Amino acid sequence: MKGRMGESQRAASRVPVAKTYKLYVGGKFPRSESGRYYPLQRADGRLIANVCRASRKDFRDAVVAARAALAGWSGASAYLRGQILYRIGEMLEGRRDQFISELVLQGSTPARARAEVTSSIDRLVHYAGWADKYQQVFSTVNPVASSHFVFSVLEPMGVVAMLAPESSGLLGLVSNVAPAIAGANTCVVLASRSQPLSAVSFAEVLHASDLPGGVVNVLTGFRDELDEQFASHMDVNAIVYCEGEAASIRRIEEQAAGNVKRAFSRVGRNWSDASAQGPYLIADTQEIKTIWHPVGS
Amino acid sequence: MPRQEKKLDFATQWQYAPAPESTEHVRIDPQYDLYVGGKFVSPRAGKYFETINPAREEVLARVALADGADVDRAVRAARAAYAGRWSKLKPAERGKYIYRIARLLQERAREFAIIESLDGGKPIRESRDVDVPLAAAHFFYYAGWADKLDYEFPGRRPRALGVAGQIIPWNFPLLMAAWKIAPALACGNTVVLKPAETTPLTALKLAELIRDADLPPGVVNIVTGAGDTGAALVAHPGVDKIAFTGSTEVGRLIKRSLAGTAKRYTLELGGKAANVIFEDAAIDQAVEGIVNGIFFNQGHVCCAGSRLFVQEGVAAEVIAKLKERMETLIVGDPLDKNTDIGAINSAAQLEKIESYLRIGQAEGAEIYQSDAALPERGYWCRPTLFTGVAQSDRVVQEEIFGPVLAIQTFRTPEEGMDKANNTPYGLSGGVWTDKGAKIFAMTRRIRAGVVWANTFNKFDPSAPFGGYKESGMGREGGLHGLGAYCALEDR
Repeated sequence: MKGRMGESQRAASRVPVAKTYKLYVGGKFPRSESGRYYPLQRADGRLIANVCRASRKDFRDAVVAARAALAGWSGASAYLRGQILYRIGEMLEGRRDQFISELVLQGSTPARARAEVTSSIDRLVHYAGWADKYQQVFSTVNPVASSHFVFSVLEPMGVVAMLAPESSGLLGLVSNVAPAIAGANTCVVLASRSQPLSAVSFAEVLHASDLPGGVVNVLTGFRDELDEQFASHMDVNAIVYCEGEAASIRRIEEQAAGNVKRAFSRVGRNWSDASAQGPYLIADTQEIKTIWHPVGS
Repeated sequence: MPRQEKKLDFATQWQYAPAPESTEHVRIDPQYDLYVGGKFVSPRAGKYFETINPAREEVLARVALADGADVDRAVRAARAAYAGRWSKLKPAERGKYIYRIARLLQERAREFAIIESLDGGKPIRESRDVDVPLAAAHFFYYAGWADKLDYEFPGRRPRALGVAGQIIPWNFPLLMAAWKIAPALACGNTVVLKPAETTPLTALKLAELIRDADLPPGVVNIVTGAGDTGAALVAHPGVDKIAFTGSTEVGRLIKRSLAGTAKRYTLELGGKAANVIFEDAAIDQAVEGIVNGIFFNQGHVCCAGSRLFVQEGVAAEVIAKLKERMETLIVGDPLDKNTDIGAINSAAQLEKIESYLRIGQAEGAEIYQSDAALPERGYWCRPTLFTGVAQSDRVVQEEIFGPVLAIQTFRTPEEGMDKANNTPYGLSGGVWTDKGAKIFAMTRRIRAGVVWANTFNKFDPSAPFGGYKESGMGREGGLHGLGAYCALEDR
C-alpha cells in the first residue's frame, strides 16, 4: 500500500491536508466507537482513506439521535423543511468540484461524476418543492354518513433505517434520504461501502444547511454485519434497502417482522432515471391518520 | 370498594320484557361446503367442523374444513377467473357486479344480521345497525371506484395484482369480508377468502348471495377452516397478495413467512387504544363514549378503547358515573333487541378474558364488575373495570379482546399523551374535550391510525382505517384502501 494521495503530493509543491472521513451522528462527526476502520483503496492498491467501520453500537447510538430529533423535525413547518432541503441543494452546488473529484477517486469517470452530482442537486431541489405539497396530493376529506368532519392526513412513520445503494454513492444516497426527510422522518443511513467518501462529504453539506442534528445520521461500514441490526431494531419504524442477495433480503424482511417494521425494497432502481423520484417515494414512509372531528354546536 | 347503588335494578324493581328477534325466516343449512369456482363443493378430505351458537352452546351447522388441496383448488379457480373474464371486463361492468352485491345484501339485511348474532354472539342491535348496513355500504362505496381508479393515483397507472388471499377474524365476520372483498374486486382482482373458524356462516351466506348476483365463477372463493387453512393460503405460490386481519402475534408470523417473496401484504392487527378524557369534556357524553369504546361488541374490537385516561380533576366523577352506567348494561341473549352486551365469541376467548381478570388482580389492580344477571348457558363476561393499575401491568399493555377496561389518570396533557402513546400498538385512540383547537392538537399527538374526537368506534366506508406501529400496515376503507389492491406503473 502506498502513501495517501501520493500522486498529488508529487505534483504539488506543498503537502495537501488530507481529510479524515468520519461518521455523522446526532449532528457530530465521531469516529466509530469500536475503533475499527477499513482502508479504501484505488484500483492499484494505493490508500485513499481509512474509513470508519461502524459497529452495531454506533447504529444504536444513531437511532437514539434520530429518535431524539424526530419531534423537532416533524414539528417544523413544511415550508421550513422545504427551505432546508433547498439549502442542502445550494450547498451541494457550491461544492460540485469536491464531489466530482471524490466520485472520480472512487472509480467513476469525470463525465459520469459530473452527471451524478448534477442529478443529486436537482433531486434535492425536486424534493424541496414536495415538502409542502405531498400532503395536498395524498390527504383526503372523507364524506362519512354521520355528523363528523373526517379527514385523513399523512404523518411520518418516524425513524427510518436505510441501506443505501452500493453502486450510486452520492445520487443513490440523496435519492433515498431526501424523500424520507421531506416527509418529516429522521433517518440512519448506511453508506455505500465502496463509495463512502461521497456520503461523509454529503453529511458535511447537511451539517452546513441548518438541518438539525440527528435528522440524518450517516454510517459507513459493512452491510453484511449491520443489516440485521438495521432490520431488527425495535425503535426503528421502517427500513429501506436498495441492494442485496436474495438470502440477505429475506433475512432483512424476516427480522423486520419483530416490531412489524415497514420494509421497502428499492433494489434494482436506476437512480439516474427521472422515474426514481417523486411523491410516491415520500408516501412510502408516511402513515395515514384518520381523524373524526365532531360537528355540532 | 362499595358497590354502586343501582338506579335501575332490572333484576327486582323493573324488568324489560324479552324482545327477541324472530329467527323464523332465517335458513341455516345443516352442512356447508366450500365455495369454489362458483359452486359449493365438498372438501377433498371430507372433513367438517362444527360452528356453534356461543349464547346457547348449541351446534348451528357443520362446515367444511379446507386443507391444502382445497386451498389450491380455490386459488386455481381464482386465477382462472382472473385470467379469463374478470380482467377483461370493462371496469364499469365490474363495478355493476359489486353494486349488485350491495343491493342484495341490503335486501337480505335482516337475515344476515340474525345469523351474525347467532353465530358470533353479538347483540342484534349491533349486527342490525352496524355490521350489516356498513358491509352493504362498503360494497356500494367500492363499486363506484371500479371505473375511477385513474383518478386515485396521480401520475401513475394502476393495475390489478391478480389473486388476493384474505383472512378475516371472528369479531366482525360479514363486515370484515366486505372490507376485504369490495376493494379487491373494485381494483380488478379475484379473491380467496377464509373466514374465522368460529364464525363462518355469514361468509357462506355471502357466497350464496354472490352466486345469486351472477358473478363470474371463481371471482370470489370462500374456504373455511382454522389456522392451517389460513397458513396454506398464505403459503400458496399462486397468491399475489395477502390481506390479514387478526392478532399481532399471527400477523408477525405471516409477515415473517412472506419474507423474500414477491407477495404484497396488508396487516390489520391488535390494539390497546387510549381513550383520553380531559377536564373540559362533556362528562356524560364522555361516559357514553367510554361505554361504547370498550363494551361495543363485548370488547371484541381491535380498536376498542381498552385503556382509559382521565384527567385527575374529573377522575372521581367519571369513574362514578361510569360504574353507574355499567349497572344499566344488559348482558344476555344476543337476539334480544334490548341486549347491550352479547355472548363472548367462544369458550377459548372466554378463558382468555378470565385469565386476564385473574392476572389483573394478581398484579394488584382493583377490579369492578357490574351486577348484571347472566344466562345459565353460554359464554358471558360482565362489563369489567380495573383501577389502580400500573403502566407496566399486563392488563394495561396486552390486548384482552373482551369487555375489560383499565383506568389510569393524568394531570397535564403532556402526561396524558405520553401515557397514551406508551404502547407498542397504534391502531386507534380517542380524545374528549369541548375545545376544538385542543382536539386538533391532541388527535395529532396520538400515534395511531384512527383517532376519534368526542366519539369512539365509528366507521365509514369512505374513512381509511388501519394501524401505526405493531397494529399493522396498510389501510382499509376510503381512497387509501385502494392502494392495497393495485400495483402502480409509470404513466
